[in-house]
Amino acid sequence: MAQVGIPGNATALVAARGLVKRFGEFTAVDGIDFEINAGESFGFLGPNGAGKTSTMKMISCISPPTAGELTVLGMDPKRHGPRIRARLGLVPQEDALELELSAMDNLIMYGRYFDLPRAEIKRRALSLLEFTQLSDRANDKADNLSGGMKRRLTIARSLISEPDVLILDEPTTGLDPQARHLVWERLYRLKSEGVTLVITTHYMDEAEQLCDRLVVMDRGKIVAHGTPRQLIERHSTREVLELRFGLNGHGPHAESVAELAVRVEELPDRLLLYVDDGDEVLAAVHAKGLTPESALVRRSTLEDVFLRLTGRTLVD
Amino acid sequence: MTTTHDPITARGAAQPTVGWSPWRRALWYHAAFWARTWRGQVFSSFLFPILYLAAMGLGVGKLVDAHAGTVQGVPYLDFVAPALLAMGAMQISANESMWPVLASFKWTRSYWTAISTPITPRDLVFAKLSWVAIHVAMVGVTYTCVLGAFGVLHSPLAILLPVAAALTGLSYAAPIAAYTATQENPNSFIVFYRLGIIPMFLFSGCFYPISQLPGWLRTVVQFVPLYHGVAICRTLALGQGTPLVTAYHLAFLLALSGLGTVLCVRNFRRRLEV
Repeated sequence: MAQVGIPGNATALVAARGLVKRFGEFTAVDGIDFEINAGESFGFLGPNGAGKTSTMKMISCISPPTAGELTVLGMDPKRHGPRIRARLGLVPQEDALELELSAMDNLIMYGRYFDLPRAEIKRRALSLLEFTQLSDRANDKADNLSGGMKRRLTIARSLISEPDVLILDEPTTGLDPQARHLVWERLYRLKSEGVTLVITTHYMDEAEQLCDRLVVMDRGKIVAHGTPRQLIERHSTREVLELRFGLNGHGPHAESVAELAVRVEELPDRLLLYVDDGDEVLAAVHAKGLTPESALVRRSTLEDVFLRLTGRTLVD
Repeated sequence: MTTTHDPITARGAAQPTVGWSPWRRALWYHAAFWARTWRGQVFSSFLFPILYLAAMGLGVGKLVDAHAGTVQGVPYLDFVAPALLAMGAMQISANESMWPVLASFKWTRSYWTAISTPITPRDLVFAKLSWVAIHVAMVGVTYTCVLGAFGVLHSPLAILLPVAAALTGLSYAAPIAAYTATQENPNSFIVFYRLGIIPMFLFSGCFYPISQLPGWLRTVVQFVPLYHGVAICRTLALGQGTPLVTAYHLAFLLALSGLGTVLCVRNFRRRLEV
């Protein structure tokens, strides 16, 4: 099998160079480069409409790139789509389960698309239902499962072929916090078993929890890449001081606190002061005679990185 | 099919396979789905034609036979019975190619689920159309047995009725599914049903020979697949008709099915490979 033609990096499972996706006049993905290595968990972080899903669909060999080079598992998606897809697991944004059928039958139907023998599918399905904590719902119609359970069933479905790469498009959007943590925990386990994860998300906490490396996307372009830690160090300060000034707004105060911080961001409901020591700066704010309604000192997150890079928040 | 162990991934172990081609796996999906849900369709697929037959034979048939003696040399029931099979084939195939196909694109999204596996849009088309043909043939087998029991079959060729029904079905399913693949909502389906399917059902020689129609309408009817399907079914059931005429009817249905399949593959690819 052909190796990926990247000098010094023969282990890239997915490699893209100058990747472009256009829909008519609209450019969804505007010339991006990235490499995803075996065994890592790689994230695409960005707001809705950043081009993440289009990128996912190209990596999944469903959507053909408009321009640029793409190799997946060392093969060309244009020529070997079905062969590549045989070794990918896809968790699409919408679950698209067969709601009329039981959880078990959903796995059997999907497994047959991979030409797996029935007995083998059954064996795997039982262990996957256990893995996703759905064993006791195996014979329930998919329609009767909760949102979190449907999501977990979709993940189980994507694993029936024992894929080398698991591609997850917004894996926890729309789930309640408890359901999200359960999904994260299962994904973390898969990663520790050596499954390569490719994740898109617009939740910075998800990216921080799950991704070894990530790229930040905005309007079809990659605006930054690195580990979560590197991105925060490179594009933000150690701490952030959040000030709220109540109903009268923070308008008049933004300028007077500017000299205390490395950088100040004005959000509709609060001011963000990027600083090294939040408590020290808060004291200085009080010393100026300002009395914010509330003040919070926290560490910088990827949300701050995104705000810095694009001037916008991730979730709006 | 063999799977090569890939040195660049941690996993990539050889997967056990059955050895089925992709479209056959996609066909299995339809069969398995049917096997899990067929009970709800029994009435429309099997009981309906029998009711029709009873009504036509005992009601209309009696009246016609009393006044006209026979139609094309046979009792009215014998004349109309094979046509009802072709009509059923049209109805089942048209239904199967409208709402369920749109649902698989838009609501259940099961086509999108399928193409995230080794299945391609072309496999989906072959599987869907094969399934419609098989489904219609299954109904055809039951129906042919019922016709035999009513004693209205005049030729051993009647054993081919399920095949003729399947071909009639295909000539509807393929072009209609190709059309559905271009639609975003089902609004036009009901219009097509009222202005397309029902007139075809009334004017394609099911209930009377088309020699009863004015000349211009007879010309129009030559372009209606149901007319050809009815003619073939009647030929097989009654043992009438010449090979040349039958070949003409067959050629029409095959050509339409073939053209429809090509369009279907094109439209499925356009919709799914974006």
